[in-house]
Amino acid sequence: MLRFIVRRLLVTIPTILVVITITWVLIKLAPGNFYSGEKRIPPAIEQIIREKYGLDKPWYQQYAKTMWPIVSRLDFGTSLRYSGQSVNTIIKRSLPVSAAVGILAYLLALIVGITVGSIAALKQNSKWDYGSMALAMLGISVPNFVLGPILVLIFSLGLYWLPPSRWGGFPSRNLILPVLTLSAIYMAYIARLTRAGMLEVLRSDYIRTARAKGLSERDVVIHHALRGGLMPVISYTGPALAFLLTGTVVVEKIFALPGLGNYFIQASLNRDEPLIIGIVAFIAMTLLLMNLLVDIAYAYLDPRVRYQ
Amino acid sequence: MTSPDGNLLEVKNLRTYFETDDGIVKAVDDISFHLKRGETLGIVGESGSGKSVTNLSIIRLVPSPPGKIVSGQVFFNGTDLLALSNEAIRKIRGRRIAMIFQDPMTSLNPFMKISKQLMEMTELHLGHTKAQARAHAIRMLETVGIPDAKERADSYPHEFSGGMRQRVMIAMALSCEPELLIADEPTTALDVTIQAQILELIKTLKRETGTSVMLITHDLGVVAGMTDHVIVMYAGKIFEQARTSELYSVPGNPYTKGLLRSVPDPTDEQGKLYQIPGLPPDVAHLKPGCPFAQRCDYTQDICRREFPPFVQLNADHYSLCHFAREVYSESGGTPL
Amino acid sequence: MSTDKNTDQPELIHIGPEMAVAEADVMPEETGAFVQGTSLWRDAWRRLLKNKLAVFGLVVVVIITIASIVGPTLIQRVFGFTPDYIPSHDSALTQSFPPFTGPNGEFSWAHPMGTDNAGRDQLARVLQGGQISLFVGILSTLVSLLIGVSYGAIAGYAGGRVDNVMMRIVDVLYSLPYVIVVIVLLSMFRSQTPRGQLILLFIAIGSISWLTMARIVRGQVLSLKNQEFVLAARATGVSNYRIIFRHLVPNTLGPVIVYATLTIPQIMLTEAFLSFLGFGVQAPLASWGSLASDGIQNIAIFPWQLIFPGVTMALTLFSLNFLGDGLRDALDPQMRTV
Repeated sequence: MLRFIVRRLLVTIPTILVVITITWVLIKLAPGNFYSGEKRIPPAIEQIIREKYGLDKPWYQQYAKTMWPIVSRLDFGTSLRYSGQSVNTIIKRSLPVSAAVGILAYLLALIVGITVGSIAALKQNSKWDYGSMALAMLGISVPNFVLGPILVLIFSLGLYWLPPSRWGGFPSRNLILPVLTLSAIYMAYIARLTRAGMLEVLRSDYIRTARAKGLSERDVVIHHALRGGLMPVISYTGPALAFLLTGTVVVEKIFALPGLGNYFIQASLNRDEPLIIGIVAFIAMTLLLMNLLVDIAYAYLDPRVRYQ
Repeated sequence: MTSPDGNLLEVKNLRTYFETDDGIVKAVDDISFHLKRGETLGIVGESGSGKSVTNLSIIRLVPSPPGKIVSGQVFFNGTDLLALSNEAIRKIRGRRIAMIFQDPMTSLNPFMKISKQLMEMTELHLGHTKAQARAHAIRMLETVGIPDAKERADSYPHEFSGGMRQRVMIAMALSCEPELLIADEPTTALDVTIQAQILELIKTLKRETGTSVMLITHDLGVVAGMTDHVIVMYAGKIFEQARTSELYSVPGNPYTKGLLRSVPDPTDEQGKLYQIPGLPPDVAHLKPGCPFAQRCDYTQDICRREFPPFVQLNADHYSLCHFAREVYSESGGTPL
Repeated sequence: MSTDKNTDQPELIHIGPEMAVAEADVMPEETGAFVQGTSLWRDAWRRLLKNKLAVFGLVVVVIITIASIVGPTLIQRVFGFTPDYIPSHDSALTQSFPPFTGPNGEFSWAHPMGTDNAGRDQLARVLQGGQISLFVGILSTLVSLLIGVSYGAIAGYAGGRVDNVMMRIVDVLYSLPYVIVVIVLLSMFRSQTPRGQLILLFIAIGSISWLTMARIVRGQVLSLKNQEFVLAARATGVSNYRIIFRHLVPNTLGPVIVYATLTIPQIMLTEAFLSFLGFGVQAPLASWGSLASDGIQNIAIFPWQLIFPGVTMALTLFSLNFLGDGLRDALDPQMRTV
């Protein structure tokens, strides 16, 4: 097990470096730059700017200049747009916002999704089943940028129950709508996954054996079926987190939250190279780590995999 | 409490049907048989003959959509199992009637330690504490021949070989000393050498505990060595039933004769294999008449028109055929 | 089983260890219609039609597709509105009307979905948005299909180390913040022309989605390649390329079709949110995502600007998902993973 973890960690580091490099290359290759936008600047001024930011140096020097601080002390430099602020500071500041929304959304999705999916599987073909699966289908079909504003329309502008936007710290009522909006599609997907997984397990031979042993249906489900039935949900967590990330970006835009996603979009539009690279690297790192954790969890839970 | 004629199990007119897209499949269509205490009954048939469904029907584990026990009675010690409440039948499952299945790899919970799967049974049915259940489990594992039972009890199913797993299943089934053990193709998924071991084990345990056994298989060789009585099933019906020795020496049904001929005989110099021509019928769309008519060597017109009668050939010997007596005589028997 | 070629033993079909049956004796009529004559596809189509929801999905998708294709032209003929038509000559019309309302608040058939801030007919815009969204969805799916199927088939067929390496690459790519990098790509290389941006979008989105397709196809190929028809093909000297693409791939069509149908809505969602964020489709072209992005500005006062494109999109995705589910059930009920 330990060897497995170490090996994965070793693969992670070069992977992140590759991701950073690709991003860096893309930025460098792109036409245009961060300082001029649409305007034309007199060449003299442009020259000064380029010198200041080292843009006149050969590409390998620029690459080294960017990469060395990163590799040696995880220093991603200073933002080009938000003058004076180091990228690390910006990330530290915006991360809790995104993390709060994202984690809460996923937890909500797990709790609601697994419950609904299990009930649907146990009461297969009943009203519960059809009803919840129809809702789930709706959940995966309505885009979050449609759901969000509609929720705002109803609960903020219509009923005045909840604030429509802005960050209110943690915890606050401002969290409710963003979390709901983000969570919806995963709730739906996990419900479907759980139902399918449980149905499949409930059909399997070892469940038949458990029943033949005289166990009550409740015991069969809780002690025997649940473990196997939830496996698909666990392996889904990996890709789910990746999607969650992109969902967060949209939700932050809709609700004007100062999170990582919002900064990322702004940085992309502003061509703020250090900030872009910093956020991309951070996200890649997080994703890879989370995937590793998921794989470990999966191996731990499935004894067949554990002893390899 | 036993029924007046000493039968542990008495199945009467059992009908179990399945609703499929193709129509209603009469997997078990009017089956009646009995099992005396202490005996071993064999049920033989090709796949699709209804033998497995019969077992599942006895302990009411037929998957309920799409299957349904339509009618019939199953008397176990005088009580009709089909009339019991869900609670009541659960108390019988595992405790008084135990079942082992064909594929031990998929029939054991891969996520649960063997010890736990065994302990579950006695904790539930016999009210054991954890310690008692554990001790009992280890004892059972030793009884079925698992080496180093104490150390290996906490392993997972995938850590055992196929034969070992089947032993574990047997240990599990016999944990609560049931009165009836139903073994559904216990050796089909195993190597031939292991097959013999498992069958020996079942025989020994039966002798030691006095459990009655129902053995379901498609392998006539297995049946010959293990059973007192045999039932031959085809297309959801019983085609022949008799004492084992009688069935093998003087079969009274063309299907049985075909089966017996298909068993490869190593002493046969010719070396050609006999096959019953044709394929088993589509049980969703059975034609009138005898289900075996198309493949039978003895087919006449009447076989395709009329459903055959269940003829009594002897005290214990019945055959479903228009020409039962003729076939029986041909084999060398003297019909009543 | 006899393998003696000299005797004319008929081919044996193995049913169980003890019961071999002669194939030559099997006549369809005699075995009581045990062997059906319909093809796999017709069977599947029949099953699909039985599934009411899937049929509903199919019908809705077809309707929306047709409406998107001919709608804008029709509207132009009938009402004179184009999606870009800005009635600039009349300032009273340069504002957002709610559905079915005319300039003076009276009921009017002219704008069933209302107008946007510049007075442009929403219905025409939504339908034109549909054109782009569906177009991107289908084409990107095709791109990802091509890449995914080829990659997966080659990996599965090659096996061994090649397969290992190829799949490891897929694994790594899978766990990367692909979309993030794509956003960077799209923002860096904003094309000057809307057409150019569209092409960029195809490539970008198509390159995100091929991974799972590759995995599925590889799995299928792995299980198929040891079957006898492959051995036969190889024995007769068919080249590897032909084996892969002429023999194996067609047999993977079932899961591929199902997954493709389910990929389309995913891709449409991706394009939609990219456009929503401003990295996708550029004005004057519109997709449902960009329409929603425009619409959200005025959600408080003119909610219909967001609701109509949003609901239309949701309806389309809803139907596509049902259709995909139905196809999966029809082609192989065992395949249900979700």
